[in-house]
Amino acid sequence: MTDSLMTSLFIENVPILSILIFLPAIGALCVPFLSGKNAVRWFTLTILFVDFLIAAWLLVIFDNSTAQMQFVESKPWVPSLGITYKLGIDGVSVLFLFLTSLLGWICVLASWNAIDKRLKEFMICLLAIQSLMLGVFCALDLLLFYVFWEAMLVPMYLMIGIWGGEDRIYAAFKFFLYTLAGSLIFLVGILVLYFEGGRTFDILVLMDVSYDFELQRWVFIAFLIAFAVKVPMVPFHTWLPDAHVQAPTAGSIILAGVLLKMGAYGFIRFSLPMLPDASHYFAPLIQGLSAVAIVYGGFLALAQQDIKKLIAYSSISHMGFITLGLFTFTTNGTTGAVIQMFNHGITTGALFLFIGLVYERTHSRDIPAYGGLLKTIPFYGIFFAIFLLSSMAVPGTNGFIGEILVLSGTFGVNNWAATAGVLGALLGAAYLLGIYRQMLLGPVRIPGAAKMWDLNVRELCCALPLLLFVFWLGFYPKPFLSILQPTLKHLLEQTVGAGL
Amino acid sequence: MSDIAEKQTAADLATVDLTAISQSVLASGPEIIIIIGACVALMLSLVPHPRQNQLLAGVSVFMILLAACMSYALSDFPQTAYAGMFVVDGFSTFFKVILYLGTTLTVLMSGNYRPNNGLIKDGVFQGEYYALLLFALLGTMIMVSSTDLLLIYIGLELQALSIYVLTGFLKTDLRSNEASLKYIILGAFSSGIILYGMSLFYGLTGTTNLNDMAVALSTLDLSDPMLILATLFMLVGLLFKVGAVPFHMWVPDIYEGAPSPITAYMSVASKAAAFAVIMRIFMQDLSVLQPIWILNIVGIAVLTMTLGSFVALAQTNIKRMLAYSSIAHAGFLMLGLVAGGRDGMASIMLYLLIYTFMTIGIFAVIILLNKGVTLGEPIEDFSGLAKNHPGLAFMSLIFLFSLAGIPPTGGFFAKFYVLTALIDTGHVILAVIAVLLSAVAAWFYIRIIMLMYVQPPAPVLTQAAEIQLTPSIRIVLLIATIGTLLTGVLPAWFLGFVTNSMPLGLG
Repeated sequence: MTDSLMTSLFIENVPILSILIFLPAIGALCVPFLSGKNAVRWFTLTILFVDFLIAAWLLVIFDNSTAQMQFVESKPWVPSLGITYKLGIDGVSVLFLFLTSLLGWICVLASWNAIDKRLKEFMICLLAIQSLMLGVFCALDLLLFYVFWEAMLVPMYLMIGIWGGEDRIYAAFKFFLYTLAGSLIFLVGILVLYFEGGRTFDILVLMDVSYDFELQRWVFIAFLIAFAVKVPMVPFHTWLPDAHVQAPTAGSIILAGVLLKMGAYGFIRFSLPMLPDASHYFAPLIQGLSAVAIVYGGFLALAQQDIKKLIAYSSISHMGFITLGLFTFTTNGTTGAVIQMFNHGITTGALFLFIGLVYERTHSRDIPAYGGLLKTIPFYGIFFAIFLLSSMAVPGTNGFIGEILVLSGTFGVNNWAATAGVLGALLGAAYLLGIYRQMLLGPVRIPGAAKMWDLNVRELCCALPLLLFVFWLGFYPKPFLSILQPTLKHLLEQTVGAGL
Repeated sequence: MSDIAEKQTAADLATVDLTAISQSVLASGPEIIIIIGACVALMLSLVPHPRQNQLLAGVSVFMILLAACMSYALSDFPQTAYAGMFVVDGFSTFFKVILYLGTTLTVLMSGNYRPNNGLIKDGVFQGEYYALLLFALLGTMIMVSSTDLLLIYIGLELQALSIYVLTGFLKTDLRSNEASLKYIILGAFSSGIILYGMSLFYGLTGTTNLNDMAVALSTLDLSDPMLILATLFMLVGLLFKVGAVPFHMWVPDIYEGAPSPITAYMSVASKAAAFAVIMRIFMQDLSVLQPIWILNIVGIAVLTMTLGSFVALAQTNIKRMLAYSSIAHAGFLMLGLVAGGRDGMASIMLYLLIYTFMTIGIFAVIILLNKGVTLGEPIEDFSGLAKNHPGLAFMSLIFLFSLAGIPPTGGFFAKFYVLTALIDTGHVILAVIAVLLSAVAAWFYIRIIMLMYVQPPAPVLTQAAEIQLTPSIRIVLLIATIGTLLTGVLPAWFLGFVTNSMPLGLG
């Protein structure tokens, strides 16, 4: 009850979601007028930190007892076509708003020294992408969602293309064209729903429409293509390693931390509630593809020497767990999937951050070139080790909670996929322990290791919050689960209750 | 019988005629203003003046603005004039807005365009340049306002003849001459085909007036081979004008050879006027013919988009690339014809309006880059633009993303609205093909963005002083940028404008 009291006291009539979304955008407009590199850095950091505080505040005052959309704002945008500027959040979106805004300011810190050239433009990109990602999670109008979703490509494309590694242009093109092609088909699907659902783009209204099965199947395929590219699911995954390897650290964190969640979020927001019959119809296919992704991604990761590539392939495997969990339509599976989405953002974001930190020091991404980091830079080593263990889903870390929920939800629904999941977890242990052994233990191989500096205050500021969430979720996931519970219960009612 | 009675009748006739004529003259006021403007420009060029170029451009813009005001005043009184040959309705007014906008921006850009051999050197054929541009505008204005095949043809030819000359305006440049010659020959050929189609229609219906023709057609059998032939001939001729495949062969050569401002004008205003005629004839007045052409248009649209998108990928010259991209856009626009009805029409109109902003914008950038350089416009000229001219690069980024159809720019909304109309009428497969081809087309736009932001500056640009942003080109860039963004962020207003601009007599 205190929650709703607080809501009524502070939030009434304040368009808090709009403020959250457009604060970084307004910041981006101000950046060109700043002078001095440090001014730009501090300004961006402040903006994104304030944004983070707003998102954290939202999480605190979020009402856990209902599956209703909260903080809803609605204004007509293109009335003649039934397009509205409508925002609102439920348990799933509030969690991702939080994750997005958390990683946002960490990205600024991670790029503090790493980005030196064209700093202003970089920070503008960072602020813009932050705005657009937050918009995606808040949008309650399909077309508004699409605008945010599609516009997000632009800053990400520039980020990879301008500040990336040697093959950045190829990677940027591949990323852009893959996602663009997927999204455009998504747009056709949206339009079909629009016309069949009574000429409205309102997501909540469209959820209540029951479409005939044939139509659902076609629209589902259209949505599937878009979301599968974003997730990415095998066989639409080939852009991911390229993009990840070439992107600057902040780009990799955003890609792994938030952008990859968009696909799964799309399934949760659109495919499951709007197309329940088709979701059931296609569930075995998606479970199968997920199982393939888990095992195939694991094997690919096992074979990598480039650390960024390895983590990128491991993401494909981890994202497999998420799609697998979602399409079991069990409470455990779905909850596990969403928790795993959050986890993957924290853990993989942290891993890319740490790879970036060590790359700043050595300019090498070659795993065998390292060794003995625990000896040379112990603090770094300890943090990195913990994040590796969390990615491995060791009990006591966040990864364990997610994977165990997904697997327990999958057994009994699709035992083959569940077995593949266990195999994937084993493979994960193999390649992550491989990194652990080769990079952290053993003799020091990297030249100039003695001069390497350990984590400084700025780097600690990035690492500590992430570490906090690794253990918080690992030991006491209840607050997170209780935020999700009503929303996911409602989602399953919508999906399972549809018949079939 | 009696003299008095005869005199009275004659007097009656005279008064009636006078009112009708004065009304007709009033209705065609904007056209008359443009004629006066063109003549004034011609005469002014005879008087030596130190800043003649600015003066002429100023006069042209002023006359266009005057005509725009007149059109605005007339827009509240939809009417027909000249015995039903000429019409002032929302539809023609809407297209005139596009034409005024396109021509004004072209005029403002022209002063900046001076390759080595000089497009408009002070004192040499300046008056002719602006006068021809105004005559071309007049031609397109007549095209969008006429409801009579003969008048349409006159407008078409007036516009085409002016553009033929303007295409060859770089008199010492071989490519410009070649382009002009090619354009004249091919253009005359297409005019012949249109005229053939028109005369067949006249033969079948006994009238050139579109409204009377519609009445006459209702009694005709649609499977009459003569009628099919007439429809297809007229359609082919008009599709030639918009550069649809397989009648597109002239587009790349002529776009490349023509002076850049004229290329911009062609891709915006000429195309808009040709689409207006196609819509007026085939979607409104003679819409009964739809079963004859619909399948052809579907095929041509798909071919046009495919060829335009894929061939553009291979281009190394920016103007050739934009030529193929304009072919691809024409294909997308034809999807609006396929959708048909009010929504289909509105979608084409909105698309053309937004297309004007973004195309003029990118051509303004090309003209700036072109300054002091030879005519070859390699795409590499864009390299490193962001380093020396971040503002200009950012504007180009907006235009290019808009051309690629990425939100929140106008280009997205233009495509979105066409797709909406298409899916509403059940052409989902066609919509899927269209979106996949726009993904292909996105490739060459975003390639330029990469060049601007990643590559080191091109030799052309190392002397940053080369690019001089004169006030007139600043205005062009500003209007284009604001238009491109506003149509994407606040499409409702523009959409309202479009849906209120339907032709007279369309339910």
